[in-house]
Amino acid sequence: MIDLLRRIGLWGRGMVVAIPYLWLLLFFLVPFLIVFGISLSEAMLAQPPYAPLIDWLVDEDAGTTKLQILLNLSNYLRLGGDDLYILAYLNSVKIALVTTVCCLLLGYPMAYAIARAEPSRRGPLMMLVILPFWTSFLIRIYAWIGILKANGVVDNLLQWTGLTTEPFELLYSDWAVYIGMTYCYLPFMVLPLYATLEKLDPTLLEAAADLGCRPWKAFLTVTLPLSLPGIIAGSLLVFIPSVGEFVTPELLGGPDTLMIGRVLWNEFFANRDWPVASAVAIALLLFLVVPIMVFQHVQGRQTEAGR
Amino acid sequence: MKQMGKLAWALWFGYAFLYVPIALLIFYSFNESRLVTVWGGFSTKWYAELLQNDQLLGAAWLSLKVAAMSATASVVLGTVAGLALARFGRFRGRTLFGGMITAPLVMPEVITGLSLLLLFVALEQAIGWPDGRGMTTITIAHTTFTMAYVAVIIQSRLVSLDESLEEAAMDLGARPAKVFFVITLPIIAPAIVSGWLLAFTLSLDDVVVASFVSGPGSTTLPMVIFSSVKFGISPQINALATLMMVVVATGIFIASLVMARQERQRKRDEQMAVQGG
Repeated sequence: MIDLLRRIGLWGRGMVVAIPYLWLLLFFLVPFLIVFGISLSEAMLAQPPYAPLIDWLVDEDAGTTKLQILLNLSNYLRLGGDDLYILAYLNSVKIALVTTVCCLLLGYPMAYAIARAEPSRRGPLMMLVILPFWTSFLIRIYAWIGILKANGVVDNLLQWTGLTTEPFELLYSDWAVYIGMTYCYLPFMVLPLYATLEKLDPTLLEAAADLGCRPWKAFLTVTLPLSLPGIIAGSLLVFIPSVGEFVTPELLGGPDTLMIGRVLWNEFFANRDWPVASAVAIALLLFLVVPIMVFQHVQGRQTEAGR
Repeated sequence: MKQMGKLAWALWFGYAFLYVPIALLIFYSFNESRLVTVWGGFSTKWYAELLQNDQLLGAAWLSLKVAAMSATASVVLGTVAGLALARFGRFRGRTLFGGMITAPLVMPEVITGLSLLLLFVALEQAIGWPDGRGMTTITIAHTTFTMAYVAVIIQSRLVSLDESLEEAAMDLGARPAKVFFVITLPIIAPAIVSGWLLAFTLSLDDVVVASFVSGPGSTTLPMVIFSSVKFGISPQINALATLMMVVVATGIFIASLVMARQERQRKRDEQMAVQGG
């Protein structure tokens, strides 16, 4: 009787899990298989613009049908052979790394100052950091266009102070991309840093000071190592979305600001080459997303083991 | 003390970095001049023009509908998924399930968009559904990538929650469904609300995935903004941005007031319980 009830309970659970499970299988996992399939196909002027992978060849004389599966690796060979893709990939990693470092340099002092503030003021101060995140990402990038363009706020300010006389444009350069991306992802860095710094025991620093340690050395030998989990978590939160970023380099970057997300977009929308776009997606997945997920998994295990 | 002074400077510099661009955006939305960065006197004419821009208003309406529907769907699916991950222990396929929940969080938007579009195209070829692309496909796509965020929020809330309340109800003979609706759901309600708000915001903000999976005639607000911003700045977008920020700020202000009030109420209840006991 109890066994029967247990079974009904388990069956009910199974039904409950099945809904999100099936949804994710259909709309998350299966699409990747399709992307992989199409990356092995050939571009064709058709609707949709790729050659079918699997074809039934009907031989009417012999009265037989043959299954034909055409796979071609030329899309992947093109990725490896053309400098454009490799450069775009490396450049994405470079831009994401610079963004992460900028966020860290700007975000660490902020998180530290908030963690050191009076407890009653910490909540509102953190709220001020998170608030911009709730406004539109696109709008925040847009705000920088008016600031960085020629005749924009920065340019006018520089000309007014007499530092430059020529129109000075930061927009449409890698610098603008760094500024825009640092701006957008700064809250992602401050949040986990604050969480670890707030938990830090201040008596450790007092002990270091009592033993004659200078504040800077105490920071380097006590605070910094103890906040490492926050640094890693924040860096991942900034690095991951930065690498695949499309909107910021498209709006703030120059035509030569190559990023892999932009290359994929152009292959798809401008060149209408769906198979190459799919191959770019698969390569990005294998060389970036999978390593990141493995790293996160290992990292999570280590933190759990460290507890 | 001297060090704290330097830190305070760093903090104020950070806040200036975060808020000056937004302040400038709002300031120039009241600019008479068409050249956005040259001050030509105070005017609200861009707001008036905005309210007559039918294309933009239509896109905004579509975006709000998509965001409301996908946030609701992703809250339902994400709550169930978070519940399964936090409470069901090990079940068959849990690793795959957990992976599929967290993967959308690290997936570049271009890949999510491309893969969903290719799925919709393949489905249309195979079974004739979805017939063309539009609101339905955008809603499905947004539900898929926002439910991961909801699931993570719900899961972390449930993990920190004491399981004994649910166990007590079970011991007293409540069925699992009743336990969920009477005990678990009210406790995780704040997490559900913040999950819904996050999903709504993410959906309202998305331009990349929507560009892939939308069809002709279904242009969302971010897509309109994106295409007009690509060709330079326009005062109408400044006005629109200001309105959006006013709405968000009001919403957050009200939400934090309500939450602070609930927190006070909860503390008072706890005190009463302690004194009464």
